[in-house]
Amino acid sequence: MSVLIYIDHSEGNIKKSSLEALSYGAALAKKLNTTAEAILLGTVKEGLDIAGRYGITKVYHAADQAYNNYDAQVLTKALLPTANNAEVIVFAQSALGDAIAPRLAAVLNAGLVSGAVALPETENGFVVKKSVFSGKAFAKVKINSGKKVITLKANSFGVKEREPANAEIINISAASSESKIKTIKIEKIEGEIPLTEAEIVVSGGRGLKGPENWYLITDLAHSLHGAIACSRPVADDGWRPHHEHVGQTGVQIAPNLYIAIGISGAIQHLGGVNRSKTIVVINKDAEAPFFKAADYGIVGDAFEVVPKLIEAVKKLKSEN
Amino acid sequence: MKILVAVSKAPDTTSKVSFKDGDTKFNEDGVQWIINPYDEWYSLVRAVELKEADPQTVIHLVTVGDASNDAILRKALALGGDEAIRINADASDSYNTAAQIAEVAKQGNYDLIFTGKETIDYNAMAVGSMIAGLLDLPYVSAVAKFDLQGNDAIAIHEIEGGEETVQITLPAVISSTKGMAKQRIPNMRGIMAARSKPIKVVEPIASDNLTEIVQYELPPAKESVKLIDANNVEELVRILHEDVKVI
Ligand SMILES: Cc1cc2nc3c(=O)[nH]c(=O)nc-3n(C[C@H](O)[C@H](O)[C@H](O)COP(=O)(O)OP(=O)(O)OC[C@H]3O[C@@H](n4cnc5c(N)ncnc54)[C@H](O)[C@@H]3O)c2cc1C
Repeated sequence: MSVLIYIDHSEGNIKKSSLEALSYGAALAKKLNTTAEAILLGTVKEGLDIAGRYGITKVYHAADQAYNNYDAQVLTKALLPTANNAEVIVFAQSALGDAIAPRLAAVLNAGLVSGAVALPETENGFVVKKSVFSGKAFAKVKINSGKKVITLKANSFGVKEREPANAEIINISAASSESKIKTIKIEKIEGEIPLTEAEIVVSGGRGLKGPENWYLITDLAHSLHGAIACSRPVADDGWRPHHEHVGQTGVQIAPNLYIAIGISGAIQHLGGVNRSKTIVVINKDAEAPFFKAADYGIVGDAFEVVPKLIEAVKKLKSEN
Repeated sequence: MKILVAVSKAPDTTSKVSFKDGDTKFNEDGVQWIINPYDEWYSLVRAVELKEADPQTVIHLVTVGDASNDAILRKALALGGDEAIRINADASDSYNTAAQIAEVAKQGNYDLIFTGKETIDYNAMAVGSMIAGLLDLPYVSAVAKFDLQGNDAIAIHEIEGGEETVQITLPAVISSTKGMAKQRIPNMRGIMAARSKPIKVVEPIASDNLTEIVQYELPPAKESVKLIDANNVEELVRILHEDVKVI
């Protein structure tokens, strides 16, 4: 019984979070002394043999355009015959992965851990660590069923390339079933990096006073090739779109660097960002609670500090 | 239109998260319980709005848990549910929870089943998707806008880096997130009316707990912050580049 990794894609490209899931699945297979295989439903531009680089031996591919659509019902059915032969099925957390993985788990009667942050411990049963209470704690969850489904939280394992190797590609024709979901339109925010995949995130709060000042956040983000985020009241007041709102009731992220500007650091905000590897806080109030959760801090007025910071970053980038 | 709204109780967002019994149990001392915000602010309020638009609509609430959940059911009834069903079982595993709700859903013949995107305690994002799987229904997650259109529904849901608009053939399962509706506070009339609305208690079907939490951990304490002078941002850039190597 193998480890099977689901490869998620968008607009013909494999998602970075899925490369991380491949790396994770391969490491897990090694631990379980079995093979790591992957499955891709739909069509992508790249050759799938590249999965070999991440330690995958076989990729099952059902190259049917119908599978490019967001429809967990259809995709789960297509996945089922292959998933039946696997012991553990791994997904990256994503809009689609979160819709398919639990469904597949329920149909297979497999125990599910969603939002895993580490490889399972296998010494004493099968125990997976996940983040709970919206980032305020972790739980170790034991899966008692023979079959298991795991979704991996983004940026918690890393993309790990091994020696160059090619995976064998096995074309399958999964039976397609009737879709009850029709895509009408997809709107992507051009030129922005998806928040959950970003390694650097620059985030603004109410301290920026209004949407007209958001250039401070976007300019700094662009100079760092990072994504932009905001606190909840900023999205509630319509200064920024909802999908940029991070925190306990927004997007939960774990970038390498999180820069919070004019955000007080309320407990609900911290819940969504405290797994960031390095946190920098810029706030004019030295007593702002966020400083307690920060690695580096500048006590100062964002309107003075941020322009200087953008200059300093640009200078660094031009020298390197 | 018959709508089932799954609601769950959750610790208030300002609750101190701590554990007991050798870090194997959540310490509920002093914890205030609320309706999971995704269930209340988005699913339930949107369902109530649909009922306001079409008074024929019936809203049933369902939760899995013991009698300590009745308070949140009363509040949900005050916001506009017609009837509540409490399945008298422990909701510790997503599969078991979903299997219980799926059973109630099957018997009630609902056109729409709303769940929250996730609960803010265990963050599994699983129950809606599992119910849909067990009932073989279409499922759309993280829906930020929802409307009915004849026998179909139109939903806008979040995807990586944007949003997608989809048309769904009902019946369907929908998980809600921010944007669906605006938070409401129950009014006096709602609270009075809720007192006489029924909470039906049903016994669970036989189902498996496929997972169990064996240990909790708090994140390692942060070292104290290193402050950098506001006039020396170059030093911050140098640290991030040379020491931490993140830029
Ligand atoms: C159930 C619930 C769920 C919630 N979920 C979330 C969530 O998911 N995410 C979230 O973010 N919030 C959430 N909140 C809201 C949260 O409690 C806070 O209200 C919110 O995070 C505050 O946003 P803020 O820091 O931008 O604004 P404020 O708290 O108003 O803070 C603004 C900060 O900017 C600083 N400032 C002002 N001017 C300047 C300047 N010129 N330069 C530098 N700094 C300046 C101030 O010192 C202050 O610290 C939730 C609340 C509840 C009740």
